[in-house]
Amino acid sequence: MAIILEKSFPVEAGAYTTAGEASTTIKRTLKQLGISAEVLRHVSVACYEVELNLVIHSLGGTLTLLVDPEKVTLISKDVGPGIPDIEKAMTEGFSTASAEARTLGFGAGMGLPNMKRNATEFDIQSEVGVGTTITMSFALT
Amino acid sequence: MEQKRFHSVRLEGDKCRGCTNCLKRCPTEAIRVRGGRAHIIDERCIDCGECIRVCGYHAKVAVTDPLSSISKFKYKIALPAPSLYGQFNNLKSISQILNGLKQMGFDEAFEVARGADVVSRAIRERLKNPDIPRPVISSACPAIVRLIQVRFPDLLDHIVDVRQPMEVAAMIAKREFARSRGVKEADIGCFFITPCPAKVTAIRRPIGHAKSAVDGAISVLEIYGLLSSQIRNAPVDISLETASDLGVGWARSGGECYAVNPENSMAVDGIENCIHVLEEIEDNRLKNLEFFEGAACTGGCVGGPLNFENNYVARSNVRRLATRDPNPDLNVDNGMMTKYPLYDDVRILPNSVMKLDDDLMEAMRKMERIEKIYKELPGFDCGSCGSPTCRTFAEDVVQGVATKMDCIHMMKEQLRVMAQQMVDLAKTTRE
Repeated sequence: MAIILEKSFPVEAGAYTTAGEASTTIKRTLKQLGISAEVLRHVSVACYEVELNLVIHSLGGTLTLLVDPEKVTLISKDVGPGIPDIEKAMTEGFSTASAEARTLGFGAGMGLPNMKRNATEFDIQSEVGVGTTITMSFALT
Repeated sequence: MEQKRFHSVRLEGDKCRGCTNCLKRCPTEAIRVRGGRAHIIDERCIDCGECIRVCGYHAKVAVTDPLSSISKFKYKIALPAPSLYGQFNNLKSISQILNGLKQMGFDEAFEVARGADVVSRAIRERLKNPDIPRPVISSACPAIVRLIQVRFPDLLDHIVDVRQPMEVAAMIAKREFARSRGVKEADIGCFFITPCPAKVTAIRRPIGHAKSAVDGAISVLEIYGLLSSQIRNAPVDISLETASDLGVGWARSGGECYAVNPENSMAVDGIENCIHVLEEIEDNRLKNLEFFEGAACTGGCVGGPLNFENNYVARSNVRRLATRDPNPDLNVDNGMMTKYPLYDDVRILPNSVMKLDDDLMEAMRKMERIEKIYKELPGFDCGSCGSPTCRTFAEDVVQGVATKMDCIHMMKEQLRVMAQQMVDLAKTTRE
């Protein structure tokens, strides 16, 4: 059985001061593992977007990094509020970001589309009142 | 190819006290304290000179060429970095520096700022190519380029493939001198008057091209005394000042952006600040940024560790000198753009020294062990073990270059346990 490296990072809702820290640690880990520049670039972009989504839109959650010999996987799992219309949320330019987040330069409505564009495989599951889980994988070969 | 990596930054072992000043400040975690003194890990060092700046015992030094080395060449040309202009207060004219250098024994003084003029134009041309990923990153500061090789390998293709101003200046200086004097280029030596060790290393071990056009590097500190006495009686001759205000402005942070003049640019100085912004570029957070100028030293090249004057004074001196023209424009004739090889011809490759292992599986196993050891450590990042942080210490243990008992906190805990065992043992034997 192939070994799998796993690291989890709790991400707090509204914690702008620490936003991006999980992504920085994940990037460092992948660089130490010797992941190629090409994959690193895609993971960096998607990872930061998904971490910021947890900060801006969720009620808090966890970002998990999994590495196995074939792929890098990022799983973002939050505890709500859930997305009522996933199709709409995936549309470029659509955003429900608060005025506060917008003044910080977020809320362009590119987050989810950007993640999907950068990941090899992208999956989003959401239930209102329960939470959202985003799973992205990035092929290493 | 590279037998032994040349580094300008060195350690003078007998002066080192083994403190944690340089250890904590090295941006590539290239320093370890072992056996009571610092050691530089050659593969990691980017010659930024941070350690030279912070060492209170002056145990970190930069190897540069002595002034006497110019005598190896029949004809000698000085290439003053624009930051040199900021070293002298109340300077009337840049030409005094150029004449002063000639009085010191150089046959000619050619402004590196002229090279900066040409390079600015070359970067403007490159920015017209939409295929270079944005933001385009300046190649001017060799410490930043090496930092990217070590810590941001995924940003290497953002670096503009234009050579540094000192390289371009050396090529033009040699050709013009050879033509006007009717001598062979091989008999001419070009010496860069350098504010930093990173440029010295860039001459000996160029990035982006095989061989440097510069023949040596003399530090500003080495010539400062002699040059300041020469300047006092050096004549002013404005006609010698051929570089534009924009070229001279490269001496300080933001000068390159100002000269290249892209729509949306950012100039960052200080290596830690550069690291923060490069992280953001990596995350694609700076979406509309066209051009990034990063300087390892605070204030830009005027903040180089081999300068005499403090960077704020030097910065203001340069600003004054670079306002001769109310509407400055680059001083470049079209011929220069085609006559010289301005662009790199060797691809800049990542320096994968941060990689734990060449084999991914093995690297993952090591990572797991690092995490396990890291959890046992106190997290003080005190540096007493000789590694800069608890995390790097855990890495060093796994890589076999440190042992857990090098951590004084773990050692203390171990002693406590052993003492308790002795007490327990004494009790049982008495009964």
